[in-house]
Amino acid sequence: MDQRKCECGHTNPVGTLLCESCGKPLEVDLTDQSAFPDMRYEGMARRSQTYTTKIVDRVWNTFSSVKVAIWIIVVILVASGLGTIFPQQQYIPVPVPTELDVEQFYTNTYGILGTIYYKLGFHNMYSSWWFVTLLVMLGTSLIICSLDRVIPLYKALNKPRLNQHKSFLKGQKLYAETKQPEDRSAEEILSQTAEVLKKKGYYLFQTDRALLAEKGRFSRWGPYINHIGLILFLIGVLMRSLPGFHLDEYVWVREGETVPIPETPYYVKNLNFKIEYYSEDEMVEKLDLKGGAIAKNYQTDAIMYLNRNADTPGAKPDLVEVLSGPIIVNHPMKYEDVYLYQSGYQEMRLGALNFTLIDLKNGSKELAPFKLDLYNPDQEIKVTDGLKIRVLDYFPDFVMGKDGKPATQTNLPKNPMFALEVLNDKEAINEKLVYLQGSILTQKDNPRYGLKINMPDLVNISGLNVRTDKALPLIFFGSFVFMIGVSMGFFWQHRRIWVQLQEGNVLIAGHTNKNWFGLRKEVQGMAEQTNLSVTLEDKTKA
Amino acid sequence: MQLYQISDLLLDIAFILYVLSSIVFIVAMTGKNWAGRDPKQHEMRFGRIAYWMAVIGFIAQTGYVVTRWVAGGHSPTSNMFEFMAFFDYCIILAYLIIYRIYKMTVIGAFVLPLGVIMLAYSYVFPKEITPLIPSLQSYWLHIHVTTAALGEGILAVGFAAGLMYLILTIPQKVATKSTRWLEIVLAVVLMLVGFILMESTFARMDQKTVFEFTEQVAAPNGQAAPTKVEYTMPAIVAPANSKIIQAGPMSPWFTAPEWMEGKDAARKLNTMIWSVLSGIVLYGGLRLIFRKRLAAAIQPSLEGMDPELVDEISYRAISIGYPVFTLGALIFAMIWAHEAWGRFWGWDPKEVWALIVWLFYSAYLHLRLSRGWIGAKSAWMSVIGFVIILITLVVVNLVIAGLHSYAGV
Repeated sequence: MDQRKCECGHTNPVGTLLCESCGKPLEVDLTDQSAFPDMRYEGMARRSQTYTTKIVDRVWNTFSSVKVAIWIIVVILVASGLGTIFPQQQYIPVPVPTELDVEQFYTNTYGILGTIYYKLGFHNMYSSWWFVTLLVMLGTSLIICSLDRVIPLYKALNKPRLNQHKSFLKGQKLYAETKQPEDRSAEEILSQTAEVLKKKGYYLFQTDRALLAEKGRFSRWGPYINHIGLILFLIGVLMRSLPGFHLDEYVWVREGETVPIPETPYYVKNLNFKIEYYSEDEMVEKLDLKGGAIAKNYQTDAIMYLNRNADTPGAKPDLVEVLSGPIIVNHPMKYEDVYLYQSGYQEMRLGALNFTLIDLKNGSKELAPFKLDLYNPDQEIKVTDGLKIRVLDYFPDFVMGKDGKPATQTNLPKNPMFALEVLNDKEAINEKLVYLQGSILTQKDNPRYGLKINMPDLVNISGLNVRTDKALPLIFFGSFVFMIGVSMGFFWQHRRIWVQLQEGNVLIAGHTNKNWFGLRKEVQGMAEQTNLSVTLEDKTKA
Repeated sequence: MQLYQISDLLLDIAFILYVLSSIVFIVAMTGKNWAGRDPKQHEMRFGRIAYWMAVIGFIAQTGYVVTRWVAGGHSPTSNMFEFMAFFDYCIILAYLIIYRIYKMTVIGAFVLPLGVIMLAYSYVFPKEITPLIPSLQSYWLHIHVTTAALGEGILAVGFAAGLMYLILTIPQKVATKSTRWLEIVLAVVLMLVGFILMESTFARMDQKTVFEFTEQVAAPNGQAAPTKVEYTMPAIVAPANSKIIQAGPMSPWFTAPEWMEGKDAARKLNTMIWSVLSGIVLYGGLRLIFRKRLAAAIQPSLEGMDPELVDEISYRAISIGYPVFTLGALIFAMIWAHEAWGRFWGWDPKEVWALIVWLFYSAYLHLRLSRGWIGAKSAWMSVIGFVIILITLVVVNLVIAGLHSYAGV
């Protein structure tokens, strides 16, 4: 273990490759240049390269390996690609109410491959346990890789390495050596080079026989900062699965209707929904739209209410308006954490049926009009004095069931069927009528009362998507940090140039983490301006 | 003359200049070994002419972008034609930036032809200026799409340099796995060329084949409506369960499998078959002319170039393109997705493929920085990366349906 002590007298921690003080390679044959340690982490001791026995060490070492990290990236990449071969369940273009429908969709549409896709669970890939596990592993790798490297690197770069051992300089990829020009002293040479490099924006560290010029050190922290950004991002993503952090609901609201927004104390009222289309003079060029039109705007004018009784179960809602305005595609309505998005519509749907009651025995005299609301029909409607209509049965989406009894397919009024009773209290008449598909069926052959069908009320229904995403600020902050990190790392480089005078020779060495082309140009320029005739060696490491 | 017509004209001018620039670049490279010439001087002289042609072409295309933006009232990035033309614009811009750094003109001999192909490809799509549908009415359309295209353009220059590195360094004396793969890459490029040639030729000939069939997916009113589909290219493959209502120059050889969804699936398959066939014909023809591997035919023109510098340029382009791509194609995309759809990420195919591009280049950077993958390995990855970008931009839009299907084809 005496190897830890360098000939310069400095004691290095176990695992150090280049002496922390003088930069001399430790445990390396100095005559063999190719054995010079990689400069990436400045030859510092890294935990993962030093301790390998305990289980903790092994786990640490696995996740600190860039090779493992790359494998995780590649596996996520391939899996993500497989998930786009056929649509994910959420993007199936037809309604699939049950799991069986889902399976049949894949089998019927894509054949045997679709069945395999479904059986492997690829139709819900991105929320599957193993995909989430992969993301967690990537996060773990990000944290451990960064810690394993950033701490020793910080120690190494924190104090500039000025008086480096000759073997350190010779080990650099860019190295040159030349006789000291006889017309100039060591101080003159160093001050001349210092001046040139200072103009190039370098920070200088100097002794009487050595110079270290350094710039862009902060770019070395780029990778670690972008990894921190990614870790924050991933934490944000995982936070969304905690209760209360994420809400995704959908409400259909008819014009004039007020509905509760699920999972929130809010209500929303649809005042009006409209679609606008581009007119011909709004188009730059004449387009052949084949009879169609291009939509310009989908808009719901809405009011958002707060239910002050939301915390009291069973209490009647007590609504106060908190916000009103339009909800437009790309411009959601936002109140506190809740966003309302314009995301669907049903135009000109049946809202109410209009009739006029007729007295058939009296020359088909029109008695009075009345309305049957299809969403919330009144049980009894008073038409005129002494005349009432009673709703006996209502099927919004009528079908004849297999058992021969009427039924409804959905609760949307797509095919309304009403069974009505007309009551005349004065004359004790009571007649039954049925409305179905635009015609009236009467119970009696020769009834007293009939119905004239008027234009129904049509309404637009607006589909609003309700979202809350409390992790969003963290996710975007993480992205922002990532961008700062990659910009630091890729748009700047950490360059160092060493100039030393040893035994009548001028030694020049250069190191950069990227863009050797730029560094070489700078060192060459420096040598020319200070009249040092050097040929730069450029060792490429395999 | 209307403003949009001026804009079309400017784009045509840019296109012609890029073609001329490509030709002069190729002369600059191949002509240096002609008798009685000083190779260096020849390359310098012609390289400079080609470079300035590219610059003027770029200025013309800038004029196109500006006039079309003004005429249409939105950035020209709202459909497939506009996007591909803008992507091409970004490739040329990236080339000019890289040129400012490295002053290496001959990279243009690879980038400019790539630019020509991309611009020609954009001409295949309908060119009309259409007003923006509600989901595209956001200033994020300008920010997200332009930044993403710029990132992809810079990465494309990384690909061009990578390909150049491979042609320069792979020994062509004997056939190896590397030479074979390199030929495949060149053949695929020729298939894209073939596609453009076929599409523009047949569009001019106006010999449409029209099929009628009943679509499988039920229409909203519950009735299956008969659909018509028009082929511009002669039909090799017919849609499943269809009948011809207007015969074209040839009768189809077979029908598409029934699981191929969507109205245009069979037409796209037909187009793809034509592209592959024409690419193979082009490749075979060139092989016959040169009587050697294409890469071997190009290699002597690259002689004397410093492979390490080419490698560095490829890497530099990728390391500049990567952050720009991340910002445009992922971060801005997420912000817009949050504003438009209420979720910043939804695993839509386009989103997934943007993520795949990003993961791939992340792997590239880690391999290069941490595992010492420089030179050939790195160059191969830059080629694969560009293929993935093309899949994201083209295949996902045209083949996989999703929220980003604004292709208009």
